[in-house]
Amino acid sequence: MPTPLSNELLHRLRDARRRRPLTWWERTYLPSIGLGLWVTSVHFWRNLFLHIAHRVGAFRNFPASVTIQYPDQQRATSPRLRTRHRLMQRDDGTPRCVGCMLCETVCPAKCIYITPAEHPDPNIEKVAKSFDIDLGKCVYCGYCVEVCPEDAIRMDTQRHDIAATSRDGMWLDMTELLHPGSRKPGAPPKKYVQLSLDDCRRLKDAPQA
Amino acid sequence: MLTDLLIKLALAGIMLFAVLNLAGIQTWLERKQSALMQDRVGANRAVFYLPWKWAFPINWVLKKLGGLGLLHALADVIKLLTKEDFIPASGKPLLHTIAPWISVFFAVVAFAAIPFGDNIELFGRTIELQVANIDGGLLYVLALASLGVYGVILAGMGSGTNLSALGGLRAAAQMLAYEIALGASLIGIVIWYGTLDLQELIRLQGTYLWGWIPNWGIVAQPVACIVFMTAALAETKRVPFDLPEGEPEIIGYFVEYSGMKFGLFFLTDFVETVLVAALTTVLFFGGWQIPYLGPNGFVFPWGGAIELSRLTVVLLGVGAFTVKVSCFIWLFMAIRWTLPRFRYDQLMALGWKGLFPISLANIGLTGLLRVLVR
Repeated sequence: MPTPLSNELLHRLRDARRRRPLTWWERTYLPSIGLGLWVTSVHFWRNLFLHIAHRVGAFRNFPASVTIQYPDQQRATSPRLRTRHRLMQRDDGTPRCVGCMLCETVCPAKCIYITPAEHPDPNIEKVAKSFDIDLGKCVYCGYCVEVCPEDAIRMDTQRHDIAATSRDGMWLDMTELLHPGSRKPGAPPKKYVQLSLDDCRRLKDAPQA
Repeated sequence: MLTDLLIKLALAGIMLFAVLNLAGIQTWLERKQSALMQDRVGANRAVFYLPWKWAFPINWVLKKLGGLGLLHALADVIKLLTKEDFIPASGKPLLHTIAPWISVFFAVVAFAAIPFGDNIELFGRTIELQVANIDGGLLYVLALASLGVYGVILAGMGSGTNLSALGGLRAAAQMLAYEIALGASLIGIVIWYGTLDLQELIRLQGTYLWGWIPNWGIVAQPVACIVFMTAALAETKRVPFDLPEGEPEIIGYFVEYSGMKFGLFFLTDFVETVLVAALTTVLFFGGWQIPYLGPNGFVFPWGGAIELSRLTVVLLGVGAFTVKVSCFIWLFMAIRWTLPRFRYDQLMALGWKGLFPISLANIGLTGLLRVLVR
């Protein structure tokens, strides 16, 4: 049952939707064409001036375009963004991971593969011998980060430009997880790489090895 | 005799060089100007380097040119030349092949009557800076612009597909509709100045109304100027009048064209844009005239004069013509990237019910004014 108020509102809406008839001058479209040309020309000349000014190093704070020159220039991301994983290290370069298998268990995509091993230090439970993530399966839910009792895995590398030409190319081995970016682009991926504690210590000094 | 021929050849060479370069630069302008208008960066990736160590200065220049996007024109040409030249089985190979050449030929040849400077004394003879001194230069340009329709319609028919034939007919209908408004708008100019000779027309635009307003076409015939520019833009078949092409949704006359044959149609559009810019300059913006620049230097109506040599005056005129033409090319490009495309019925309504009556009224008004003023 429409009340008087809602009737009033409906009428106003209808009026607002009805177009005002154009005046004679507007029907020539010349004012609109002029206005459009004015808007685009202002953009053109402002951007031209800014581009030239940037060449000589002036007006750096005023961007001349909204474009991000993507491969050369990365877009700034929020630190909260869930990006590619990394494994945290202890001071000596060995992984913080104690091989509790919680992340592998909680992972809804079942993309984490851990091989645990005994740690020589009796105060530390275990250590991961190999730690692999198949990014082709990963759904970036972040449960592995939440569930980890040791803060050993994080998703804060700010790497989101992940691409490969094969399914195997999406595979991250332990070296790459401990040292993000150490694998050369296009290098054949290795699976289930096993790293001893000494290997990890050595990798800390020369991650490329 | 031989000298005359050489002079004409040299003039034709200068004209052709300038026109084709302006047309080529427009591919760059199209990318960069649209980018700047839309807050983008535009083409800046096409670049190549010479492999030798000693070539580093050349490579430095190439890097800068590539950063400005100028090498994209080169990449375009390489792409167009190496693409497959496809002629549909149902098409007519001869018509299909000559259609783009007819298009580009008439567009380029029309420049013969465009004067780009005052006359100069050289080798004991007076040389008009104009490839062909035609008494009816205006008629010549209009005639050749109309003949461009043949290229379009032959392309549509020669492709042997119904869609491209329809596209050709649509393009022909558009060009004919605007041809009439174009011609009718120029009658006002002919009445006002009383000549069809373009060089003479420009000289007459060097006179002054009331002693200080340049008697340019835009001052004497503002309505004709707007009608002419609109109709001429429609002749170039570019947005907002690009219904002959209509690449996203309607199919144009050159669907069956690929490679450099398509490139020639592309070039035709750009050459026609230069032609329209040159014609607008010649007819409405004083051609090579600079206000208050007489044959012996500047003479200002408020007193004072600057003496200049004859050669300087002529070169200034040629420079002014180039600048004016470039400004119009910029303006047409700005229009092309600002306005959306017309619908076909809007296009026809604008041509037949808008521009044509306006230009007819302009003819009557100009005639009346001419009689009264005289």
